[in-house]
Amino acid sequence: MTEALSLVPKAEAKQSMKDFKSDQEVRWCPGCGDYAVLAAVQGFMPELGLAKENIVFVSGIGCSSRFPYYMNTYGMHSIHGRAPAIATGLASSRRDLSVWVVTGDGDALSIGGNHLIHALRRNVNLKILLFNNRIYGLTKGQYSPTSELGKITKSTPMGSLDAPFNPVSLAIGAEASFVARTVDSDRKHLTEVLRQAADHQGTALIEIYQNCNIFNDGAFEALKDKEQAQEAVIRLEHGQPIRFGAEGGKGVVRNPSTGDLEVVAVTAENEADILVHDAHAASPTTAFALSRLADADTLHHTPIGVLRSVRRPVYDTLMAEQLDTAVEQHGKGDLAALLTGNDTWTVVG
Amino acid sequence: MTSKVSSPAEQADEVNGSDEALVGEQRRRAGEKEIRRLDRVIIRFAGDSGDGMQLTGDRFTSETASFGNDLSTLPNFPAEIRAPAGTLPGVSSFQLHFADHDILTPGDAPNVLVAMNPAALKANIADVPRGSEIIVNTDEFAKRAMAKVGYETSPLEDGSLDGYSVHPVPLTTLTIEALKDFGLSRKEAERSKNMFALGLLSWMYHRPTEGTESFLRQKFAKKPNIAEANIAAFRAGWNFGETTEDFAVSYEVAPASAAFPTGTYRNISGNLALSYGLIAASKQADLPLYLGSYPITPASDILHELSKHKNFGVRTFQAEDEIAGIGAALGAAFGGSLAVTTTSGPGVALKSETIGLAVSLELPLLVVDIQRGGPSTGLPTKTEQADLLQAMYGRNGEAPVPVVAPRTPADCFDAALDAARIALTYRTPVFLLSDGYLANGSEPWRIPDVDELPDLRVQFATGPNHELADGTEVFWPYKRDPHTLARPWAVPGTPGLEHRIGGIEKQDGTGNISYDPANHDFMVRTRQAKIDGIEVPDLDVDDPDGARTLVLGWGSTYGPITAAVRRLRATGTPIAQAHLRHLNPFPKNLGAVLKQYDKVVVPEMNLGQLAGLVRAKYLVDARSFNQVNGMPFKAQQLAHVLQEAIND
Repeated sequence: MTEALSLVPKAEAKQSMKDFKSDQEVRWCPGCGDYAVLAAVQGFMPELGLAKENIVFVSGIGCSSRFPYYMNTYGMHSIHGRAPAIATGLASSRRDLSVWVVTGDGDALSIGGNHLIHALRRNVNLKILLFNNRIYGLTKGQYSPTSELGKITKSTPMGSLDAPFNPVSLAIGAEASFVARTVDSDRKHLTEVLRQAADHQGTALIEIYQNCNIFNDGAFEALKDKEQAQEAVIRLEHGQPIRFGAEGGKGVVRNPSTGDLEVVAVTAENEADILVHDAHAASPTTAFALSRLADADTLHHTPIGVLRSVRRPVYDTLMAEQLDTAVEQHGKGDLAALLTGNDTWTVVG
Repeated sequence: MTSKVSSPAEQADEVNGSDEALVGEQRRRAGEKEIRRLDRVIIRFAGDSGDGMQLTGDRFTSETASFGNDLSTLPNFPAEIRAPAGTLPGVSSFQLHFADHDILTPGDAPNVLVAMNPAALKANIADVPRGSEIIVNTDEFAKRAMAKVGYETSPLEDGSLDGYSVHPVPLTTLTIEALKDFGLSRKEAERSKNMFALGLLSWMYHRPTEGTESFLRQKFAKKPNIAEANIAAFRAGWNFGETTEDFAVSYEVAPASAAFPTGTYRNISGNLALSYGLIAASKQADLPLYLGSYPITPASDILHELSKHKNFGVRTFQAEDEIAGIGAALGAAFGGSLAVTTTSGPGVALKSETIGLAVSLELPLLVVDIQRGGPSTGLPTKTEQADLLQAMYGRNGEAPVPVVAPRTPADCFDAALDAARIALTYRTPVFLLSDGYLANGSEPWRIPDVDELPDLRVQFATGPNHELADGTEVFWPYKRDPHTLARPWAVPGTPGLEHRIGGIEKQDGTGNISYDPANHDFMVRTRQAKIDGIEVPDLDVDDPDGARTLVLGWGSTYGPITAAVRRLRATGTPIAQAHLRHLNPFPKNLGAVLKQYDKVVVPEMNLGQLAGLVRAKYLVDARSFNQVNGMPFKAQQLAHVLQEAIND
């Protein structure tokens, strides 16, 4: 379908969502946002039209990391935080595979933070789905690295002391070539983001706001409640002015004196100044500034959509090219010649 | 004129059981310097970390190898890249033992010490027996430099070196003088003094010089003036030996032709042999090699070496940390590569959880641990064997992992192939336990014929392997081979075999998540049974005289133990020797072997880890002999210990 997946074999027959459902019973809590994401991914996969034996889902540990068991593809449920590293080895040794990582805010940003930033900077051909519910679910409700400051949880009865990460800002700072954000309950938007991520060459990070109805219910209500969402959500579309609110009454402009971005009420005078979203901008500066618009507590002015999508060399392609170059320069490896080397002597019996 | 004289190698560490080893011959042609024939020599080059002693030793080793001597080397250097100049901790040395016959160790005590400064003399003199030759760079013996290491008076003048044959040579001055036409600064010219020393030693021992000259031309290909300056210093050192009266005698050590089976040989270090073994295993398995690694002493050279051979389809991934190194390797193993991670003890600690995952996933994975002094950062550049129990048990849960240990530098090649065989056949992570002594030490290696290498090809799963009650054909990822208990290796891209694996306990057969108590008990026992059932050759026992005492070793202690055993037998003391390559599982006959002897002695460079294992498993009263000083055993010391054990 796309250049990014040109080495992955195509399915011989038309696929349906059913083809991607495994025979395993899904065991998330009833009402969990993970169900919606699973359905969206299973629904999207036939569109890619890839041979499903060439698709691999790799996960770490946490509620969302059970995801691979429910996909009728190859899959590995690995250990806490390490999925990006494991997937890097798989993707860089098998360019004929479409490799997806499923992780959560604890898995990717706490114990696995190092692997995440390094996968992003290398630009390995991975699609990372980061389910962010701003809480530890599987260990029953401790605060996570994306929980708001002062969060009361079982491990922080007087409120957490940690300032949270903004995963999109973090990814952009880690040289990510593709960064997007979407919401579990907005299947259409989620699917469109998956489509663009699949089409991207290199590492794609998709932060999915996902509701944990047991330990952090309603964490993203401001973005989901129809009335609140109008003011809270900024939908980004490449090439379109960044406007939101009732009848697009609000917009994002650049403050000419500070260079920073701010939200203004759109008027006839300032309409021409409304920033036009450029996901492909070479510089990450504006994407970063957009990622900072959201209020960490109220989530107001949260941009969703593809914040950044740029082309730069892909690690596994470069690795394969080095192998080809080495063969061109030195010929295909000759084991006998290697073992012999240049400095030998002979003993005659 | 020919006469028999006692060779300076008299105090050498190995005795072949006859007096021949102690006897040389002496020749002198009219007007020429005397040439003495020796059966073996031990030379130690010692200087500052920045003096290029490792390079000097390497070059002398290459010359010696291409001349056809048997040899064994012991590089010994500080962990600091450039420790403070002229200090005792900054001393770097390289010991080389070479002979006209088969030898096993780098030697206990040098016959010749080359000391480039007072610190090098002070740090090494205790190891050098009286009667030995000492070549000192007198230029460096200024008052301040001597005071820095605690010499109040000059050891060259105060009689403290009486009994040694001291050759005072102003190496720095002579080098600068030899290079005066090269337009180099004093500092630049001085740097070639190691090549002057190498030239002098090359003259003393009749080493071929072409190799070093072409090496220097290649090393400094982009700076031809520096190349020529080094060659000039090298030749000046040679000529100095030939013309100066102080060096009245030179020595010949004949090639060790008789000691070696017919074949083509090269010199090889343990890390190089191990790297080649991995490439060979990949070729023999017809699987691409994937190395995931994080730099760590003394394992990094394997990463460096493998990264040079991308034309063999070798992928090397320098990860962000130890965990990612093994993680990427495991991912590649899932994808069908021959996957390897290389590290040392601290890295193994970090990789433990992923090794446990590999045990659970039952995928082939080589974990190469080049052991160094521990715990924690320990002694990064020194050797030790104290990771055995970490390799055996250092994981949560019952997580058995096979352990393979090479015994000499060249043996690292075969051990790597053997570890790959086990990993691929049994679908399991395998520990390859080398150490710093093997990694950096070198010896001659008979280059194997590639047609003789073992066939390591594996069969990936290609279709369903199980029929359900209703007749449906399905693929069960944990349905095992009844003989090996290995599960099928179904790589992504194989249609119809889509499956999910993970670290959660799996149901026997289907591989689905299972928390069933009886199933877990079964799976734990089955994983153990798979490792216990790995086919390894029986242990060979070398016991020509019907001894009552057995010395049992593993890994890099092979050289010193064998040298000690030879010494005892040369004095008429019977002793049996056996050396383990497989530490998990043990050879099937090990228990029976141990019970045949009245006494079992286990020398180890740890506090008795193998001894503890065999005591626990076989209820034998194995005695430990331990050394954890970062250095290999000395043959004489081991011979003494073994003699005491026999007499006891």
